[in-house]
Amino acid sequence: MIHAKDINEHTPYEELTPGGEIYEPGTARGFNTGTWRTDTPLFIADACKHCMLCVPFCPDIAIPVKDGKRLDFDYMHCKGCGICENVCPFSAIKMVSGGAVV
Amino acid sequence: MSICFSGNEAVAYAMKQINPDVMGAFPITPSTEIPEYFAKYVANGEVNTEYVTVESEHSSMSVCIAAEAAGARAVSATSSCGLALMYELLYVAASSRLPITLACVNRALSGPININNDHSDSMGARDAGWIQIYAENNQEAYDNFIMAMPVGENVRLPVMTCMDGFITSHAVENIELLETDVVRKFVGEYKPENYLLKKENPLAVGPYDISAYYMEHKVMQAQAMKMAKARILEVAAQFEKISGRHYGLLDEYRMEDAELALVLIGSSAGTAKAAIDKLREEGVKAGLIKVRVFRPFPGEELAKALSNTKAVAVMDKSEGFSANGGPLFAETRNALFDQKERPYLIDIVYGLGGRDFKVEDVEKVFGRLKNIAATGEIGPVYTHFGHRQRGEQA
Repeated sequence: MIHAKDINEHTPYEELTPGGEIYEPGTARGFNTGTWRTDTPLFIADACKHCMLCVPFCPDIAIPVKDGKRLDFDYMHCKGCGICENVCPFSAIKMVSGGAVV
Repeated sequence: MSICFSGNEAVAYAMKQINPDVMGAFPITPSTEIPEYFAKYVANGEVNTEYVTVESEHSSMSVCIAAEAAGARAVSATSSCGLALMYELLYVAASSRLPITLACVNRALSGPININNDHSDSMGARDAGWIQIYAENNQEAYDNFIMAMPVGENVRLPVMTCMDGFITSHAVENIELLETDVVRKFVGEYKPENYLLKKENPLAVGPYDISAYYMEHKVMQAQAMKMAKARILEVAAQFEKISGRHYGLLDEYRMEDAELALVLIGSSAGTAKAAIDKLREEGVKAGLIKVRVFRPFPGEELAKALSNTKAVAVMDKSEGFSANGGPLFAETRNALFDQKERPYLIDIVYGLGGRDFKVEDVEKVFGRLKNIAATGEIGPVYTHFGHRQRGEQA
């Protein structure tokens, strides 16, 4: 069995999976797609009521939740779409220009 | 057992004997009878197949892809524009390395709309990464379908078994059937190493392939197609043991001392053989090479088979619009390039949209070859045959 962790951009073709299939789940977790971001959401913790509306709206599961409270963004997977800012009823999320985490 | 079957019924019966897990079914002339016969087998409880009726060929191939990825054995049948509608999915099936088996009943592509035979449908899909095996007659259509799975599942490539629409699909001939238990044993169980329904390890099929990986996967696919040649011959040898019928990549007819030869695909081989027998009686050293396997293309084998000929006509039953000859001609000329001694080679595009090709037409082609061999004057290399043109009597 060929594991995703053993495949990288230097792997010879003979050691890749034939159809490009991946023999394990959840491999996107380790892939940094945050670099694709051109706008970045800021979490304003003081304004947040933890209503959790932003969480299911996030297309990239980039808003972690712990013990009933949302935490700061998972910037490794947030692509900066801005949906969270749009749905937040309490102005607790603000989009700023640029991909960098401020 | 000897029985009277049309080509379509022969393929449907082969499917029944194999008892595949899934069929993606959508009708199109002239392949419609295949899912039609098969629906009867399903309704009668003669097979356990999940018969999925869909809204298009794009979907019937999608069904096959999903089923095969899940770990099931999937089949379908189509023709002409149906195959064209599958185009995107043909590539997905091949590059995901899913060994689906598709019966292609060759019919002209629109437009103008035409339901009769030529090879423009499957020739248009010749670079999709599918193995392509062509039948001359009903017996071969049956045999090829039974051999397809042991070939495709071994090298992980999908297989298209082709037969000529109406000429083969609807004509009824006596064929020899194998016993069902013999077929089942020959084809065996489909046991992929990894598949979607294998609960021990969840699997992702068809993920995005960035530039750093795509080329490596194409090299693997190309290697598999090269390996398929040996596998086709291996399976053919095993098949000969159970059937007594011999199959190669090419079928050579009276080629031992042939000076003039035709290279062609499909049912026209029968017509050509009759003409060659006649010409042989008249002392003409005529022969035929029927290309049975077009993908992978048996280039070396073809060059060897043509090595002692003087003049050869490649008969293309599809146009291709390269302005440089049809697809079979391109492959044949390519195959001959490495030979020190090469025959004169011409391309004749014929039989488009069901245009008849008779014994006397074959004789006319040999007449042209005879003239070329005698004079060394090849004339126009790429021509059409059997169409009306000014200055010719009807």
